[in-house]
Amino acid sequence: MAGTGSKLIDFEVRRPRQDVIFRATARVAGAMTLALMAVIFVALLVRSYRALHLVGIGKFLTTQQWVPEAGKFGVGSLLFNTVMIGVVALVIAVPVSLCAALLISEYSPPAVSSALKTLVELLAAMPSVVFGYWGLEYLTPRIRPLSQWLANHLAFLPIFKVTSSSFAGSTFIAGIVVALMVSPVLTAVAQEVFFQAPSGQREAALALGGTKWGMIRKVVLPFGRGGIVGGTMLAFGRAVGETVAVVVVISATATRQVHILQSGANSISAWIAETWGESNPIGISALMAAGLTLFLLTLIVNAAASVIVNRTAKAGGPSL
Amino acid sequence: MTAIDTTRPGSDAANKDGPSRLTAHGVHAWFGNHHVLADVNLDMTPLEVTALIGPSGCGKSTFLRLLNRMHELVPSATLAGHIELDEVDIYRGDLSATEVRRRIGMVFQKPNPFPAMSIAQNVLAGAKLGGIKLADRDATVERALTRAGLWNEVKNRLSMNGGALSGGQQQRLCIARALAIQPEVLLMDEPCSALDPTSTRRVEETIGEICSEVTVVIVTHNMQQAFRVSQQCAFFLATEGEPGHIVESGPTEKMFSEPDDQRTLDYVNGRFG
Repeated sequence: MAGTGSKLIDFEVRRPRQDVIFRATARVAGAMTLALMAVIFVALLVRSYRALHLVGIGKFLTTQQWVPEAGKFGVGSLLFNTVMIGVVALVIAVPVSLCAALLISEYSPPAVSSALKTLVELLAAMPSVVFGYWGLEYLTPRIRPLSQWLANHLAFLPIFKVTSSSFAGSTFIAGIVVALMVSPVLTAVAQEVFFQAPSGQREAALALGGTKWGMIRKVVLPFGRGGIVGGTMLAFGRAVGETVAVVVVISATATRQVHILQSGANSISAWIAETWGESNPIGISALMAAGLTLFLLTLIVNAAASVIVNRTAKAGGPSL
Repeated sequence: MTAIDTTRPGSDAANKDGPSRLTAHGVHAWFGNHHVLADVNLDMTPLEVTALIGPSGCGKSTFLRLLNRMHELVPSATLAGHIELDEVDIYRGDLSATEVRRRIGMVFQKPNPFPAMSIAQNVLAGAKLGGIKLADRDATVERALTRAGLWNEVKNRLSMNGGALSGGQQQRLCIARALAIQPEVLLMDEPCSALDPTSTRRVEETIGEICSEVTVVIVTHNMQQAFRVSQQCAFFLATEGEPGHIVESGPTEKMFSEPDDQRTLDYVNGRFG
């Protein structure tokens, strides 16, 4: 830079006052969200320290029993059962939600489409206890024939095998209830990305003599793939964290449940809700450690989801 | 399933009789209550390029989209009149919209290759969408890209993503994609408006080469382009509050030198529009 005449202008001081205030507000609000996360994490860590120190992290993650009084406890079976409910929920919710999203974005006239969107949002606002009691009182007796049928015909797959004749309160039923609860989120996300599929490519597919379904397969679904994956993982995060509906519908078990149709299921959050009241201090600490495990699982799943969505957004896909 | 014989020696023609004739009789078009096109009559002859010219908003793109039933994709769109492909009404005959669009291909203003597909997959996309069995995929890809004037530039990277090409190359890829299903007519909606001069020249060369095998109808805002690429020309005009219509049509040379209507002369000489 030659001479004093070409001094750089400092843009920072020329920023209008409103911008400064808005930026400060936004930063504080954003920082508070992160701080809240950090506080929850630290609180869980501190309160679970006693339990984790007693058995060690490795043992805690693998132990399948839950007898805090005897110093024998871990999330080995709880974590497995939690993930099983989440997986069953997704297996049901993903196809249903994708079809619902396609119905809204591709097959409905605008008026119907916006009505359906509102309905989906209403479903998302339904209290989970309603889902829980619906699952217990209505679904459980009516789903029995299907459970029986699956057990009869698919028993060669270990997960469909049953060792008792009771089907109530199973992972399968909990999974269906949770599927209903996560479907609105998944539908909303998927439908949003489908709407964003570029009209140029849609027209290209149709102008090549493609049918509507062909256009959806070649343009809309590939375009929405990142959103579908991201939405699915968000839904998984919600599914494994769902508490009230699961507590109401399951027959709680502390052991690892590999047979999804059979009575007896559990999830970490449901287990915390169920056993909190009767736990001694070490039990509480152990439950805190279980909560920490769930917190980290959800964090990892959500982080993975946003990485995938961002990556496809960079590659020309939709952003959320 | 329709089987296309891509191995027929010495001929790339879409059908044995050569390119088809597309005719419009008394065509009107509306968007809702808005009458955008009135009483259009036009004969788009085989072995020739027909250019549709006129100022913005005169209905020429709407007319083009009527020709392969893309118009009806707009929810409120309606039309009247007859459009015939080799004397078969494309709206009233036994032809489905997908069949019409397979036989009458389209290239759009903005290049729109499928970004998730490779160059080769893009070329084959039409066959895949239409459930058409190809005798030899590689030959189809090579032939279509050669006809679109893109083969030499991409032959060593056919598995590369179509979206990674330059704008001009993407547009020629779209032309190759449209040609790969061997349409009888190719509609082009301002295919060069998003391209640089060099790419424009390449696309124009391509048009000159393919018109022996496929009937070409092109919408263009560029008078020089219309003059360079077309043999037939139709001048569309919409006056204030009136639907668009054809003022005059005929051989391009006559339209540009001694048209019957003063407005045509004014327009082609850049005095308005």
